[in-house]
Amino acid sequence: PVQVQLVVPMAVVFAPGSVPGDLPRPLPFRDVQEMEISVNLRTSVTSRYEMRYRSTTAHEEAALAAATAREADAALYPLQDTTLGSLTMYVVPETSSLLPQGINVYVGKHRSALVRAGGGLAALQARLREVTQVMSFTASSIAAALSDRVPNGQLGPDARRNLKSSLGYEITFSLLNPDPKSHTVDWDIEGAVNRFVKPVLDKLSLVANFSVDSQILYYAVLGVTPRYDKESSSFLLSAHSLPHVINPVEARLGSSAASLYPVLNFLLYVPERSHSPLYIQDKDGAPVSTNAFHSPRWGGIMVYNVEAPASPQASLPLHVDVDMARVMEVFLAQLRLLFGLSREEVPPTFLLENPGNEGLADWELDHLLWAHTVENIATVSTTLTSLAQLLDKIGNIVIKDDVASEVYRAVASVQSAVTELSLGHLLAAFQASKEAVTCSERAFFDPSLLHLLYFPDDQKFAIYIPLFLPMAVPILLSLAKIVRETRLRKKEPTKMD
Amino acid sequence: VCTSRFWFNYRHVANTLSVYRSVKRLGIPDSHIVLMLADDMACNPRNPKPATVFSHKNMELNVYGDDVEVDYRSYEVTVENFLRVLTGRIPPSTPRSKRLLSDDRSNILIYMTGHGGNGFLKFQDSEEITNVELADAFEQMWQKRRYNELLFIIDTCQGASMYERFYSPNIMALASSQVGEDSLSHQPDLGIGVHLMDRYTFYVLEFLEEIHPASQTNMNDLFQVCPKSLCVSTPGHRTDLFQRDPQNVLITDFFGSVRKVEITAETLSLDRGVPGLQSK
Repeated sequence: PVQVQLVVPMAVVFAPGSVPGDLPRPLPFRDVQEMEISVNLRTSVTSRYEMRYRSTTAHEEAALAAATAREADAALYPLQDTTLGSLTMYVVPETSSLLPQGINVYVGKHRSALVRAGGGLAALQARLREVTQVMSFTASSIAAALSDRVPNGQLGPDARRNLKSSLGYEITFSLLNPDPKSHTVDWDIEGAVNRFVKPVLDKLSLVANFSVDSQILYYAVLGVTPRYDKESSSFLLSAHSLPHVINPVEARLGSSAASLYPVLNFLLYVPERSHSPLYIQDKDGAPVSTNAFHSPRWGGIMVYNVEAPASPQASLPLHVDVDMARVMEVFLAQLRLLFGLSREEVPPTFLLENPGNEGLADWELDHLLWAHTVENIATVSTTLTSLAQLLDKIGNIVIKDDVASEVYRAVASVQSAVTELSLGHLLAAFQASKEAVTCSERAFFDPSLLHLLYFPDDQKFAIYIPLFLPMAVPILLSLAKIVRETRLRKKEPTKMD
Repeated sequence: VCTSRFWFNYRHVANTLSVYRSVKRLGIPDSHIVLMLADDMACNPRNPKPATVFSHKNMELNVYGDDVEVDYRSYEVTVENFLRVLTGRIPPSTPRSKRLLSDDRSNILIYMTGHGGNGFLKFQDSEEITNVELADAFEQMWQKRRYNELLFIIDTCQGASMYERFYSPNIMALASSQVGEDSLSHQPDLGIGVHLMDRYTFYVLEFLEEIHPASQTNMNDLFQVCPKSLCVSTPGHRTDLFQRDPQNVLITDFFGSVRKVEITAETLSLDRGVPGLQSK
């Protein structure tokens, strides 16, 4: 049974003029809000928001006097508590011009948000709760992380979409050129990876190790023939044919033989001359603006159309220089979606700051860390429990010393992870949970734990009786004879007397 | 998995290779298939047509073909290796292609053929795997969530005994014959000199030939394949551990690979960075 307490330290800072009239106590004061997320009968997660209410310092007031919310956010960043998992909310007066019209909350790139005051304390608290749900975790994101414990049928279809927490991921960028006679495609993948992908992976390096490869595949065709649409004089791939596109290609993708990390494939497909331009249609028949689609836990595919040459007599093959920035914008967005960082479910009165080249905001990183930590803790407890059950059931498995020490380490790490979570130290908790997962997986999957021999009782009799019974008969008979003789000999001296 | 070796068990290898081909045709790539064969048929000195394995008397289809990727061959097909693949307790030096890298969203199809008896399956004439060991292995897979749903098909004599002991959820099992019955082979070929296929697998393959990646045929149809009149033995199946109704389970859920796909609607906006680059 997993009982975990997730503690989020929060600071709510009131700018002058934004303090609601009905505060229970004068500033500064502390408050705690708890919520229970119950996943199944034996697993429950309580979330505990420890809030410190206070008013702004002089520096913060100066920062909030900036012209736009973005500048205010940048100015406030050095003044904040930047430990992973913590949140700071600045409450600005209702009439403040920092937030544009109609926007009540601005969520910055780091771990803070600007919230418009309005109504009394209750309304403010409701708004703050909404913000924390966006910025840290929601009941459904925790339930998704614990998806294998939730009874079937209760989860929505999205629950198992996100990538499972793993120690590392392999990312492979592939360029598919099915028509090298018509197109010679050059892509500066190394430059693109260094310029665009590395900053994002560096930010995600807390979460896992990443390795990046790239390859170019020639004569690799999609498994589906696109339809020709006369109206737009282009070729269309309909949404329901997309699932069949991936398989024929996957056979040729290959993966590193040595690493066991999950592979994320990002494919860039340059259609043949005879099938250009090629657009992907969504369910309503409209062409998709990104011309790309992705498959949860697998990767993404983007179609890159090459413009037809100006003169029909242009010599083939055409040289194509891929605009890597446009391609990476889509691939990195797909990477975010694969990890579960979507910005689609945010309420309309929120304005989210663009994270820029880093790819994700600090609070999105926190989002991932909360989910992965909870998932890791749940996995470790399932693994260790099933290992214990296995050992109970099969008595004659030998546990080697190093397996035993891995189990002890795993138990110690998971306990420390739960403790750190209850203290609000997200980073320490995540690292402890990662360690716990590594140790417990090593212990569970140790090759020496294979129990092979199953000896049902009737087979035992069948094997041993024919072997030992014939041997036993003369032995028992002679034993009986010896006993009889010694008894007789003992009796004789008394008789002779 | 083909658990027999020696020339006279040609049909088991042909069975396994034909199922392998169908599964590849329906979209599952080699990286997702673990094929265990004794692999001593194609190059066997007694094979009148070397480098081929046929599944039908008419010799129209060489199921051995050009792109068969056998992961465990010859003496590597042992009960221990099979259980290691299933439970994941593999030495760290094993390459990726020899591992079962499945997770809690994978549907797994296990097809086994060979000689079997009441409660056991013979591996390579020297050892056996019992139904209890198999059930325990599946339970360990469930504990570690190594599968979402599992379809187990077995084509041996008294095949139904192998699935009697399963107790983990989400398993569906099919067997070619009941306890006490023998599974029979389909047709001998006088040119090659041995029986080429087993009846149950032959009819299953005929059924699978009609399936294409987008087809909507469900499991109930698979249960009807090979009635007693054609098969002589009575095929059996077990669905009580399975949570969904077999009516709603598509054949392609196990035999093919149809992925969930989403349209990418968001893009990141990247700062092009280097001065002089045009931004869109």
